[in-house]
Amino acid sequence: MNRVELVGRRTFLGNLFSAGALVLSARVLPFEALSVGEPGAAAAWSPSVYLGLETDGTAIIVTHRSEMGTGIRSVLPAIVADELDANWARVKIEQALGDEKYGSQNTDGSCSIRDFYDAMREAGASARQMLVAAAAAKWNVPVSECKTQNHQVVHSRSNRKAGYGELVAEASKQPVPKKEDLRFKSPSEYRYIGREMPTIDRDDLCSGRGRFGIDATMPGMVYASIERSPVYGGTLKTVDDAEALKVKGVQKTVVLDALKPPFLFKPLGGVAVIADNTWAAMKGRQALKVTWEAGENAAYDSANYKKALLETVNKPQKVVRKLGDVQAEFAKGGKTHEASYYVPHLAHAPMEPPAAVAEYKDGRVVIHAATQNPQAVQDTVAGALGIDKKNVECHVTLLGGGFGRKSKPDYCAEAALLSKAVGKPVKVTWSREEDIRFDYFHSVAAMYLKATVDEKGRPTAWLQRSAFPSIGSMFNPRAESGAGFELDMGWTDMPFDIPNIQAENGPAKHHTRIGWLRSVSNIYHAFAIHSFIDELAKMSGRDSVEYLLDALGQPRKIDLKAQNSNYSNYGKSIDQYPVDTGRMRRVIELAAEKSGWAKKKPGNGRALGIAVHRSFLTYVATVVEVEMDDRGRVRIPRVDVAVDAGKIINPDRVKSQFEGAAVFGTSVALMGEITAANGEIQQSNFHNYPVARFNEAPRETHVHIVASTEPPAGVGEPGVPPIPPAICNAIHAATGKRIRELPVNKSRK
Amino acid sequence: MIKLKVNGVARQFDGDTEMPLLWYLRDMLQMTGTKYGCGMGLCGSCTVHLNGSATRSCLTPMSSVEGKDVVTIEGLSKAADHPVQQAWEKNNVPQCGYCQSGQIMAAAALLKEKPKPTDADIDRAMTGIICRCGTYQRIRAAIKMAAEVKK
Repeated sequence: MNRVELVGRRTFLGNLFSAGALVLSARVLPFEALSVGEPGAAAAWSPSVYLGLETDGTAIIVTHRSEMGTGIRSVLPAIVADELDANWARVKIEQALGDEKYGSQNTDGSCSIRDFYDAMREAGASARQMLVAAAAAKWNVPVSECKTQNHQVVHSRSNRKAGYGELVAEASKQPVPKKEDLRFKSPSEYRYIGREMPTIDRDDLCSGRGRFGIDATMPGMVYASIERSPVYGGTLKTVDDAEALKVKGVQKTVVLDALKPPFLFKPLGGVAVIADNTWAAMKGRQALKVTWEAGENAAYDSANYKKALLETVNKPQKVVRKLGDVQAEFAKGGKTHEASYYVPHLAHAPMEPPAAVAEYKDGRVVIHAATQNPQAVQDTVAGALGIDKKNVECHVTLLGGGFGRKSKPDYCAEAALLSKAVGKPVKVTWSREEDIRFDYFHSVAAMYLKATVDEKGRPTAWLQRSAFPSIGSMFNPRAESGAGFELDMGWTDMPFDIPNIQAENGPAKHHTRIGWLRSVSNIYHAFAIHSFIDELAKMSGRDSVEYLLDALGQPRKIDLKAQNSNYSNYGKSIDQYPVDTGRMRRVIELAAEKSGWAKKKPGNGRALGIAVHRSFLTYVATVVEVEMDDRGRVRIPRVDVAVDAGKIINPDRVKSQFEGAAVFGTSVALMGEITAANGEIQQSNFHNYPVARFNEAPRETHVHIVASTEPPAGVGEPGVPPIPPAICNAIHAATGKRIRELPVNKSRK
Repeated sequence: MIKLKVNGVARQFDGDTEMPLLWYLRDMLQMTGTKYGCGMGLCGSCTVHLNGSATRSCLTPMSSVEGKDVVTIEGLSKAADHPVQQAWEKNNVPQCGYCQSGQIMAAAALLKEKPKPTDADIDRAMTGIICRCGTYQRIRAAIKMAAEVKK
């Protein structure tokens, strides 16, 4: 239940608005946080976003979510502005500081629009109605005779007009409309919602003026580079900084305490070199002579670990969804098929590595950081320094990519701890090598699937098992099986209409930090399920699209509760956002039509592959065309993506997210792999952790949006999961080779 | 003492001559439009023009820039209106935008050398610059649009 109310001007807003401004807050009850007690999540239960109107008519919209490339810090304010009937040129957007009063600021989980769409509309509509009431009172005419028109209130009978600015004083005295009295624009009246508006940051990003965390400065700041234990959880044995201190520009070294469980978002610890500039700090760090006690993860070897994970999924494990009786069906001895799949650890590798500048002074910290979650910055910094989080002032810069990495603010705590140690503002910049080697890695995962099919090849029993080290291990070091929110990302919600279904999950220990990466567990779950269904289609000699539609069955809403699954549905009500196979069918049909599926038959090393997946409440079907070149390399001339994400605010930014997801998914499918030997991560930079380049990415991605009035769903992540299985299904169609282990480029060697 | 020109302004540097041009621009001159991405010449976020050629500033030590002309994203045009920048805006190319300075500098150098580049020319010039958000197809479209404008 959302509610809009007036707030005392000085209560929350600091200096953003001048005296006399009309200020509205929208109370919201947003996203139910991850079940594992993530710092910063407590705020998800409390309110607010803000709109202010200045007496000069400037509408100030406080944008409380982080900008990492989705356009969100422009798109949410556009919703407010539209309902306010504001002139976009008179809107000023201010980035919020970290503050629980804004509600969750954790820009993660593709939830900004769905969690704040109503709140933004209500904030805008309330202010509009109060402005109209103010004008009606001023002119002594009925409210019903007044309307708004592009930043002014108009009374056409008397031909009077008043700008929003001149109505501010009177409007602020009007009662706040009750929710049931709010009148929203009809879609035909929208001027911003549904339009391809450029973001407010676009021009700065084309001129080098955009300010990222790595660009932030503070007067008198020094620069830090940190040497860390090559094995996760290792502790410092000895340090010799004599050579480091000889490097021109190096000032001193500082030892940071080693990480102790629970790990949360706490810094790893290590030896920091403090210097006059970034280069001197990095050069100084390379001159350090440090020895480490490797600790219990020294034996971590990803080849052995992979073997163990695959053994785990080949044995019965804990049941997480059950319908009918798969074993009884298997026992009937029909035609069966089974396969195991594997997806390695992945690193986020945002182009801007983690970076922050912080100043500790008199018990307070001011920090400027590229962060997806400024409230987690407050919690983490406060915890590291033993101060109250109210004494942590977090300014959010632009993010040079996030992908989940920058929701974990260990680097922010490093900057604050070092500032306290040296008595000056400190800028921490991770090198690319640190970013890759010390990431919160996307979980390594193994899956096993088995099905029996009837005479038409349609599955009659379906068993699926997974095992992966859980993100939950960061919060509870003893966590050894998949958390509910992980299993509910494409595993327990497997959509096919089969009378006997069983989903299981087995144990797996963590030996690195584990963290969510764009689309999270959906990556490995979708890879296994949508590769396997394609295997069944081809085993039965049927067309993949026709088979998918048949396997999904008639349009229906899946009742997962009846199948012993306490499905969390991305924190949203299952009534409002059901698992709807009708919508899934529609995106399949659209993707098939737009890609020319029926006409393009495999030949000359070219073929199409398809995968469909619901994640973050959005339905996506993706057709990938692959072309095998004469050296056996995979090229992707074309991708067609059909998307049903409910109501769309900015179609251009939706398209750009799915274009980008096709490239991100290509990196996952073809080349992404993090491995460990003797506990040490073996990749360090883009030469051995390649990501898709200009000539390797899909040449053209065509995004087809289903027009929908359903509630808005996620956009940033759902484009990723279908890409790897669609690519591998296309490779199979082109070559006959089935890829069950990612990345493709290694499997094909 | 190393003398060079940055965006037309004469500069002198007497620090560690091993320091890459990238960090001189960012930390000494506060020209932060040029970005750090890998430090190994693998990602291209740090691309600037050195005597007119697209160059990875993270691999360019200060010892090698004596007497050279450096142009950064800040100096590419006076009003951020170079045809490449305009085409970038018209195509809404940036997502996070972090790599885009490098992309734009590489594209501007390409068009100077080849005013009507083929797809293969574009591939060759742009493959060294990673965009993790995946804006490549809009980059290609923007380069073609800029080539039309420049014609």
